[in-house]
Amino acid sequence: MLKYLVRRISATLVVLTLISMSVFLIFDVLPMDPARLTCGKACSPAVVEANRHRLGLDVPVQVQYGRWVKGLFVGRTYGEGQAEFTCPAPAFGYSFNRHECVTDLLKRAFPVTLSLAIGAFFLWLFVGVSLGIVAARFKNRWPDRASNVFVLVGTSLPTFISGILILLFVALKFGFVNPIDLGKWVSPFENPLGWINTFIFPWITLALAYAATYTRFTRSNVIETSSEDYIRTARAKGLSEKVILRKHTLRAALAPIVTLAGLDFAGLLGGAIITEGIFNLPGLGRLSIRAVLNDYDLPIIVATTMLAATFLVIMNLLVDILYAYIDPRVRVA
Amino acid sequence: MSAFLEVKNLTVSFPTEDGLVQASNDISFSVDRGETLAVVGESGSGKSVTSLAVMGLHNRQTTNINGSAVLNLESGPIDVISAPEDQVRRLRGKAMSMIFQDPMSALHPYYSIGDQLSEAWRLYNKGDKKAGFKRATEMLELVGIPDASTRVKEFPHQFSGGMRQRVMIAMALINNPSLLIADEPTTALDVTVQSQILQLLKDMQKEFNMAVILITHDLGVVAEVADRVNVMYAGKIVEQAIADSIYYTPDHPYTIGLLNSIPRVDQLEGKRLIAIPGQPPSLINLPQGCSFRKRCTFADQVADNLCATVAPSLDVKENAHFSRCHLTEKQLVAARGGK
Repeated sequence: MLKYLVRRISATLVVLTLISMSVFLIFDVLPMDPARLTCGKACSPAVVEANRHRLGLDVPVQVQYGRWVKGLFVGRTYGEGQAEFTCPAPAFGYSFNRHECVTDLLKRAFPVTLSLAIGAFFLWLFVGVSLGIVAARFKNRWPDRASNVFVLVGTSLPTFISGILILLFVALKFGFVNPIDLGKWVSPFENPLGWINTFIFPWITLALAYAATYTRFTRSNVIETSSEDYIRTARAKGLSEKVILRKHTLRAALAPIVTLAGLDFAGLLGGAIITEGIFNLPGLGRLSIRAVLNDYDLPIIVATTMLAATFLVIMNLLVDILYAYIDPRVRVA
Repeated sequence: MSAFLEVKNLTVSFPTEDGLVQASNDISFSVDRGETLAVVGESGSGKSVTSLAVMGLHNRQTTNINGSAVLNLESGPIDVISAPEDQVRRLRGKAMSMIFQDPMSALHPYYSIGDQLSEAWRLYNKGDKKAGFKRATEMLELVGIPDASTRVKEFPHQFSGGMRQRVMIAMALINNPSLLIADEPTTALDVTVQSQILQLLKDMQKEFNMAVILITHDLGVVAEVADRVNVMYAGKIVEQAIADSIYYTPDHPYTIGLLNSIPRVDQLEGKRLIAIPGQPPSLINLPQGCSFRKRCTFADQVADNLCATVAPSLDVKENAHFSRCHLTEKQLVAARGGK
């Protein structure tokens, strides 16, 4: 087990290194010039070059990368002279657009995204899996058909529609949320009710889209497992239908959902761009979309990409370990 | 004194979009404790459907079941066809048990052998998990699994096919049932393992004094273990007799065909195996008359084209030997080829 873990973790580090390199390379070949963007219309080449130097973009890409990696471990000083800023390790960079260390930006954005992801995750898992089980139990009868309508709505409505509908016609219309407070970060430890109030509608929006997929997935898995030979064996033993479903069918039918749920959750931790945008949530999604579309802010782009990738790789590892506990066949292999 | 299991006029059919599938039709037989009844027939002849009906394992909403299957328990007779589902459930695993064809897929892959066996035991016995594992270990020893106390904690994928079938047998017998239905228990196994499993079934039958219904399409298996035989074709019993009588004086052309298609060690030289021509009929629209008629090489010997118009009934041909055939005893003797 330890050997396996060491192998997996070193593989993870390799993947993360490759990802960070790719982001630097892609940014380097893009036909955009962050240095040019730093000054307005009347801008002399000398100023642009000076800015380029200040941003640290006047050296070859491999040197930029080297500096970045070093900064991760020992911290780094950006700019020079009067405009000199120091970020302690782990320094992901300094955003000259926002005049802030990227690490601090991330520290502020991450709890928002985490809150959004966790709430939505449990909501969609609960709704999706239970609806799926009900639909499978009552296959082709009205509960199944009703869940089918839900699935259809959930999968066909994109979050940018359902989110806006929920915001306008539920949250704002009935005064659940004060428009001025929309997206204001509230810590769950200081004000749990306020936290729920901030996130409940974004949760519903996200969960709606995911729950539909999970309903369908659970339904087909439960139906498929029900026709397995070992379920017939359980019945031949004299077990009641309730025990068969709870102990035998669900155990096997829900195992693949662990994989799906782990990866979906990890994906969300990288930021839910659309939902965060609609509900004005200052999370990782908003941070990265602004860095990409408006500012060409390399340090932020690299940092959010790396963070999203890290979550995905770590969650993958967690899912694999968890799966070994669920399925004894994996344990031995 | 009546037999332990008495099945009378059992008919099972499934309504489908294409029509009613007559999976088993007017089945009557009985098995007593200590006795082995073999049910023989090719795929789709209704063997498994009949036994699943006896176990009460058909979905009553989607299956039409008529007739009766009475278990004569010490507490009194119970008809599993008409009894409430919950009552039938409480008979499963206790009064009657079943083992299945493919031991590879019949055990739950996520639970240890001990978990699965003790679950069956604790359903009808008071005792904690530890007691359940103890009982499971005893049963594994009984069915000949070496090193049972360690293996009880292992998972199905750590067992070979033959060992898994032993586990299935141990699980089926853990509550001392009076009736064991074995649905092709050796079909998925190696030939060498097959005879071990059959021997085990025989031993267990003696040990527990059970009635055994052995479903198979292998007449070799039948010869080894059966006391009596039901030959099934297209959902009906076409021949019913004690095992020896089936082998020496088969009274139905289908049985004769089956016996002719078995390779025999004493007749290897220059003799081709004779296959039964054609395919079994669809169970949705069974032909009028005898359902074996189209594949029967002797149908033209019957006068008045009787085979095409009148379905033969299960009549006594000789001493306690029943057959559904219009042929006379004399014609049958000729059909056996002087056997």
